[in-house]
Amino acid sequence: MTELFRGAWVVAYRDLLTYLNDRFRMAASIAFPLLFLAIFGGGFSEVIGLMTGGLDILQFMYPGIIAQAVLTTSLFSGVSVVADRESGFLREILVAPISRTGIVVGKVIGTASVALIQVLILLLVAPIVSVPLDAGIVLLLVPVVAVLSVALSGVGILIASFAPSQQGFQLAMQMLVFPMIFLAGVFFPVDRVPVWMEVLSKVNPVTYGVDAVRQVFLGPLPAGAGLGVTVLGHTMTLAQEVALVAVLGTALVAAAAWAFGRQE
Amino acid sequence: MAKDTPPEPLGATIIDVRDLSRRFGSVEAVRGVTFGVSEGEVFGFLGPNGAGKTTTINMLCTLLRPTAGSASVNDFDVVRRRSDVRRSIGLVFQQPTLDETLSAEQNLRFHAYAYGVPAELRERRIDELLSLVELGDRRRDRVRTFSGGMKRRLEIARGLLHRPRVLFLDEPTLGLDPQTRRRIWEYLAELRAREGLTVFMTTHYMDEAEQCDRIAVIDHGTIAALDTPAALKRAIGGDLITIATGDAAAAASEVRERYRLSPIVTDGAVSFQVPRGEAFLPDFVRTFSLPLDAIGLRHPTLDDVFLTLTGRQIRDDAGNGATSRAEGRQP
Repeated sequence: MTELFRGAWVVAYRDLLTYLNDRFRMAASIAFPLLFLAIFGGGFSEVIGLMTGGLDILQFMYPGIIAQAVLTTSLFSGVSVVADRESGFLREILVAPISRTGIVVGKVIGTASVALIQVLILLLVAPIVSVPLDAGIVLLLVPVVAVLSVALSGVGILIASFAPSQQGFQLAMQMLVFPMIFLAGVFFPVDRVPVWMEVLSKVNPVTYGVDAVRQVFLGPLPAGAGLGVTVLGHTMTLAQEVALVAVLGTALVAAAAWAFGRQE
Repeated sequence: MAKDTPPEPLGATIIDVRDLSRRFGSVEAVRGVTFGVSEGEVFGFLGPNGAGKTTTINMLCTLLRPTAGSASVNDFDVVRRRSDVRRSIGLVFQQPTLDETLSAEQNLRFHAYAYGVPAELRERRIDELLSLVELGDRRRDRVRTFSGGMKRRLEIARGLLHRPRVLFLDEPTLGLDPQTRRRIWEYLAELRAREGLTVFMTTHYMDEAEQCDRIAVIDHGTIAALDTPAALKRAIGGDLITIATGDAAAAASEVRERYRLSPIVTDGAVSFQVPRGEAFLPDFVRTFSLPLDAIGLRHPTLDDVFLTLTGRQIRDDAGNGATSRAEGRQP
C-alpha cells in the first residue's frame, strides 16, 4: 500500500514540477483557450449567436473553453509517458520500489492538478467576458473539473501505453480531440444535426463534462433551444452528469493502469 | 576451465544466480548461467554486444522475468521479492535515464522520494553525493545543459542515494572520453573503500574489465570462463618474450635445447612463451650464451583471453569497437 501512495505522490510531484519549470508550456496552455475564445466568441458570434437560444455568445462559449482546456491538458498528459519512454526516464520510474498502479494514479493526480491550475488562471478572464463568478461557483467547479480531468487523463495514459512514438501519440490524439470537442458542443450547440451525429454526441463522455461545467456557471439550462443534454427525454442534472463521468473515469483509469502495468 | 564449477566467492554471497535463462521468442539470449558475487566485490561481465550482458542485468534488477532458473540479490528472490531487490540495488543504465527538464538536485530529490529516503537524511546525502561527483556547483542547473560525462556522474550519484548494497553498472563509461572514464573509476574505488559497496558491471572495454576483482567472460548467452583477470590471463599460456640477437637461428636452437621452450622466429626475432616472464628473465640473461641486442616482455591481455576462449576478437558494431580497442591499450 505504501508503494502505491509513494508512487502516486512522486509521480504527481514530478509532473507538477515539470509543468511549473516550463514557462513556455504554461503560457501556451493559457493562451490556446483564450485564442479559441477570441476566434469563436468574437469572430463567429453572428453565426453561432443564432444557435445559443438567446444566451450571450461569450457566456455560452466561456464554460466550453474551460472544458476544452481541461480536455486538451488531460488527454495530452499521456505524451509525457511516451516522452519518458523515449528519453529513458521511464526506466528510472519503473525500477523504483513503487507500484505500477501508483505510477498511473500519480500521473492522473498530477494531470488533474495541472488542469486545475490552468482553470484557476482562466477564471481571471471571467469578469472580462461578463460571466458571473462567486465563491460558490469556484468551489463547485473544482470537483467537476477534477472528475473530468481524471477520466480524460485515463484515456491519454491508456493510449500512451500502446503508442510507439510521440508523433504517433500526437496524431492519435488529434484524431480523438477534435471530434470530441465538436461533438460535445464546446463551440456551438449540437442541435438540428442528423440523428447519427446526435447519437455520437450523446455517447461522447465529454458532452456531459462540458455540460456539467456549463451548468456550474449558468445553472440548470433549459432543455431544447440546443442547451442542456437530453437523453431519451430526460434532461441530465449536474449531479447525474458528474456521476456518469466519475464512473466512466474510474473504468478508464483502471484500464490505463492495466495497460501501463503490462509493459516489462 | 571454470565452465562447470565456477569458483565460489570468498565473502558472504550477495548475488546468487543459478541456471538463469531468458528466451525472447525463438532466441535464447541467456542460456543457463550460474555464478555468485560476494559482498564488497567488483564483479564484471565481459563480452561483446549481444552476448547477453544487459539481459542478465535486467533480470537481476527485476526489469525482466527469467524464463528459467533463479537469482537472488541481497537474499531476495528477483521474481518473488521485487520491491526488496529494488531497494537493495542502485542502477546506472547504458542509456541516460535522467529527466533533462529538471535540475540535478531535482532529479536526485525525485529519486529520494521514490525510494523513501528519510527526510532527515535526504538533503545531507544529496549534498555529499553531489560533491563526490563534483557537481555541487551545478546542482541547480538543468540536466539538459550537462555533458555526457556529467550526466553519467549524476546518474552514479543518484544510484547511490538510497544506500544500495549492490551498484549495477551497465556499460558505465560507454561513449565517454578517457579522462572521464578514469575519474568514474576513481569515484567507484573511493566508494568501495568507504562503504564496502558491491559493484556488478558489464563492459566490453578490456581496461575496465581489468579493474574488476573477478570477471565472467560471456559469449552467446553462456559463461565461457570466470576468474580473476590475472588467473584468466595465466590460464591461456604465459608471458611472451621476444629477443633480438645477431643470429636468430642459433638463438632459437639454444632456447629450444637449453631452456626446453618452443621458440618461433619472425623477422629475425625469436619469441617464446614462459609462465612467469619477470621471474624467468634475470636467469635467462645471466645464462644465455649469445650477445643480446634487445629483450621484450609482454603479458597476455584480456583480449588474448577472449580470443582464446571464443576464437574471436571482442568487437563492437562499427565505431565503438575501434575506440574500445585503441583505448584498451592505455589503462
